[in-house]
Amino acid sequence: MSASAVRIRGLTKTFGTGDSAVHALRGVDLDALYGQATYLVGPSGCGKTTLISIIAGLLHRDGGELEVLGTDHATFRAGQLTRWRSENVGFIFQAFNLIPQLTVAENVAVPLVIRGESRRRAVAKAEELLEKVGLGGRAKAKPTKLSGGQQQRVAIARSLVHDPRILVCDEPTSALDAQTGRRVMDLITAVAHGPDRAVIVVTHDDRIFHLADRVVHMNDGTVTKVEVKG
Amino acid sequence: MKWFAIKMLFGDSAKFYGILLGLTFASLLISQQSSIFVGIMSRTYGFIRDTSQPDLWVVDADRMFVDDQKPLRDTEVDRVRSVSGVAWAVPLYKGLLAAKLPTGERETVDLVGIDDATLIGGPPRMIVGRVEDLRLPDAVIVDEASIATKLAVPKDLPVGESLRTFDPNADVPRRPIAVGDVLELNERRAVVVGIARTTPTFQNQPVLYTTYSRAKQFSPPNRRTVSMVLVKALPGIDIETLRKAIEHETGLLAFTQDAWSWRTMMYWLKQTGIPINFGMAILLGFLVGVAIAGQMFYNFTLDNLKYFGAMKAMGASTPRLLSMVALQASVAAVIGLGIGLGATAAFGFLIPGNRLAFRMIWQIPVITGVAVMVICVGSALLSMLRVVRLDPAEVFKS
Repeated sequence: MSASAVRIRGLTKTFGTGDSAVHALRGVDLDALYGQATYLVGPSGCGKTTLISIIAGLLHRDGGELEVLGTDHATFRAGQLTRWRSENVGFIFQAFNLIPQLTVAENVAVPLVIRGESRRRAVAKAEELLEKVGLGGRAKAKPTKLSGGQQQRVAIARSLVHDPRILVCDEPTSALDAQTGRRVMDLITAVAHGPDRAVIVVTHDDRIFHLADRVVHMNDGTVTKVEVKG
Repeated sequence: MKWFAIKMLFGDSAKFYGILLGLTFASLLISQQSSIFVGIMSRTYGFIRDTSQPDLWVVDADRMFVDDQKPLRDTEVDRVRSVSGVAWAVPLYKGLLAAKLPTGERETVDLVGIDDATLIGGPPRMIVGRVEDLRLPDAVIVDEASIATKLAVPKDLPVGESLRTFDPNADVPRRPIAVGDVLELNERRAVVVGIARTTPTFQNQPVLYTTYSRAKQFSPPNRRTVSMVLVKALPGIDIETLRKAIEHETGLLAFTQDAWSWRTMMYWLKQTGIPINFGMAILLGFLVGVAIAGQMFYNFTLDNLKYFGAMKAMGASTPRLLSMVALQASVAAVIGLGIGLGATAAFGFLIPGNRLAFRMIWQIPVITGVAVMVICVGSALLSMLRVVRLDPAEVFKS
């Protein structure tokens, strides 16, 4: 499958007004295809995080065209975008953001509960997924008892539990050592190559660039180069 | 999400116990101080409540409270009796006198003189003896709370005997004053014939009951000796109509039991610093709650803000997150309030009633509950503001 999960043309976003205005995105063009892992790379402050925030429906754009999974966020009414996010987007955060008071399984179950599933069913599904990421035996543990790599695997399980079509990953390996980071990215890449799903990864970590299907280089709010791997 | 909200609250045990401690302490202080305040205020009209027979209390127009010293002439009793609708009207004496104990020590007592013929106005419950024993010569009835404290006599002093010399500072074992012991009131003999249980008074003096005519003998000579006139309405007579008629025809003031209690209590409220003192303590309790529990709850929410942000990014709506915060605040409030009120109730049960004025009326838990909810809702609202303003894109900032 090679259709665009994300299609962006001339996207602009400015924070603030007047002299203090910061032009985070200055006409970005981007395509992220189904079945591929698209990496956004570039120096800090180049607009990567702003771009994935807009793609994920966490920020509104100022101008340009945006089509994610065939729809434009601007057409959503109040509340629809939140629901769309809960159904279609999975998040992997740099700091994991696992809730320390909940068990590992409960953390993984959060997106399902947000979507309205009962806690019991959600936790049962979460436990199944934890088996797949090799953490079946730690379902009832607290996240603080896990290593950094294990915590990121829990975060990956949480991002996938509701079967989202877009997976947004923000610096997924920055808190991990090289070996663990590699294992985590192998897992994410395997997910990306699943049908009907696109993965967008923001990263500084050039050790993992080779895992990308498409590397989008950004600088100063614009796309400077797109590398498509064979 | 409710389950997760509760687990987040209970899971952060340090903060949860801090919040709980603050709320418990606040509700304990508020409810305990309020109960003592109500207990003290109840004592101001305890005598009125103990005297349940009359429908109306008739007093001098200037009399502000039950222990005020503005007596009436004896003839006023007859004037009140002459008002149409009055079934009976009897005089009541109430005044402070110095009593000489069998040891020679002097103690100020609250002397109550009740109608000789009917004994209306007598003590509410006799522990030893009968009210009718007041008809015996020189008879007085003493209240139970004083017999082993202010009226206690040396343990080895035989009943009915007195000491010629006694060192009041001597640390000798004492026994309660008993039936048969003899006091002196204004150089006159007063024999204890009974012991009654009465509501503790605000001034906390020993209460002595005797007949009205004997009270006049005990008290210093005065043309006016009737402290109050107790009135019963004829069956079928409207009390309010009779009250107005008495006031109109005699120029005196007439009160129902409730109104007379209220007037007495309001006098003490206005004339003393009690409300301010207790108000400060209650305010302090509230501020403790705000300072400890409110701030801790706010910090608890701030600590969890990144998780709320993550949930918001994952598609949790703002109202849903707010309901989680509200649930956490409510659970903490209910538990803290329950423990605080329970501790106050236990305090009330464990402290003997006569030593400490304590009365926990139903309004106190309600008021305490409102105060605790204000603390929790206030801090929750501040916390919610942070959640509402939370930009889900913030989750990408590590």
